[in-house]
Amino acid sequence: MTIHEKSLIRPENLIQHDKLVIDGVDVSGDWSTFIAPRVITDYNEALEAEIAAMPGGQHIHRCWQCGSCTNACTVNALNPDFNPRYWIYLIRLGMESELLRDKDIIWQCVSCNKCTNICPRDVDPEGVMKATAHWLELKGHTPRSPAMTFDHEFSAQVVATGRIEEGRLLQRFFARTGQKLTQDWLVGLIRGLILRLPVGLLARLGLAALRPPRTRRWDGAQRAMNEFIAEQTTAQRKALGLPPETAR
Amino acid sequence: MSEPIAYYPGCALEGTGHAYDRSTRAVGAALGLPLQELKDWNCCGAMEVKNIDPRLQTFLSARNLRIAAEMGHHTVMAPCNGCYHNLKKAEHDLTHDPDSRETVARLADKSGEAAYQPGSVRSIHALEWIREALGADGLRARVKNSLKGMKIANYYGCMYSRPRHIFPEKDKGPGSESTSRPHFMDELLAAAGAENMEYPLKTACCGGAHTLSDSDTSTRLVLNLLTAAEECGAEVIATECPTCHSGLEMHQARAARVFGKQTRVKILYFTQLLGLALGLSARQVGVAENLSDSRDFLRARGFR
Repeated sequence: MTIHEKSLIRPENLIQHDKLVIDGVDVSGDWSTFIAPRVITDYNEALEAEIAAMPGGQHIHRCWQCGSCTNACTVNALNPDFNPRYWIYLIRLGMESELLRDKDIIWQCVSCNKCTNICPRDVDPEGVMKATAHWLELKGHTPRSPAMTFDHEFSAQVVATGRIEEGRLLQRFFARTGQKLTQDWLVGLIRGLILRLPVGLLARLGLAALRPPRTRRWDGAQRAMNEFIAEQTTAQRKALGLPPETAR
Repeated sequence: MSEPIAYYPGCALEGTGHAYDRSTRAVGAALGLPLQELKDWNCCGAMEVKNIDPRLQTFLSARNLRIAAEMGHHTVMAPCNGCYHNLKKAEHDLTHDPDSRETVARLADKSGEAAYQPGSVRSIHALEWIREALGADGLRARVKNSLKGMKIANYYGCMYSRPRHIFPEKDKGPGSESTSRPHFMDELLAAAGAENMEYPLKTACCGGAHTLSDSDTSTRLVLNLLTAAEECGAEVIATECPTCHSGLEMHQARAARVFGKQTRVKILYFTQLLGLALGLSARQVGVAENLSDSRDFLRARGFR
């Protein structure tokens, strides 16, 4: 007999025999295909609590698996493996190794908030995606993603000066992720702009790049935010049972 | 002249979104709607700081709201979807989440500043600003140079209406904005003489959060927006967010160079289109400052 919905079974879990005799009966042909038995023993029972301890993950326990998040998801429409409903399910059951199969795409959430908008239980799936991406990196399952690198560069600049100067952000991000600033589509775009811009404005933009804008009277906020980030990092590492961060 | 309201331009409008800042101020001046820029404003955290901790983002926006209150304003206007979204999100979290309220109070105290009292300042988008001050009819009466049936796809993006929780004033029936099918920009541009296309991707995502960190995803999302607009018959996509706007422009160019997919639809800020209709010149609304080039298209339509 054929296995219905065979496409839903992972290839490695399908066992196919060219010739098979069971109890003296030759069952070669259609009868020789089996689904491998699965026994799951490696639960991480703390997984849900660990994700809930990451920023954005605190409401994961509310999920009742309706699937509205995945149905609404922007990234899912591009890649069906991007499945927030399923990941929330795995996290709540503690199926860490199954979750880790998708570890390299979870960071790709674009924060369009379609899931959080539609969720009938206020799980904040968008926050859960970010919490899970954090968890993956803190646990050392994935290297720092380009998106998280950008978040850190961006936040560091806001904390330091109160504002973002896009040119400098771009430059630092490209340097950090080993990309060339001279990608030809970007060069073409900027060359076109420079040819059109009035000289006065060009001079002003150039000046902004040399002397980035700053928020005045920012020292207090800077100090408070730095202390808060350090305090939260310590708390997060503790919640995951990791040793305190060593000075970088 | 009406009472001035607080103006929060945000970082993007000082950089890549410069044309949006210029056209917003020019439209305000042309309509007699005075703006007063927030003193010592800070970045709202965009879509990045919340990934470090959402409460930091709340603190950043609460600080801006507190400055607006101290300047004596009851309303702060932000043209950037990200800034607007974060102001609304901060107001929502401070009202509904005790943990956010305590954390922000503690951060404000440590930084030696007063904490913002939720409910004291109302945050509005540039679309609401013009619509509330004049309404579509009031705007129509001011039009000097009609858009003459220019075919426009109105693109609102994600942050203007999602998640619905932080916009309690929306979805309140006739006259209010809709989170699923927003129409404020459509109404203003129709009053300026545009013909609005039935565009199904008004609130679809441009991938702006990962415009540089996951460029292929962004290019695919943007290409979808551009081709859908062209198939709807639009000549122009009107935008109301600097991140969406520059994302559309950048990935239109990237789609052509990297994917070999050419699209011709023009990308303009709704304030640029309104400004032109109010009789301002292309220069006064910063058309040459956009990353994409719409000058020939506008000239052919009689806008100089």
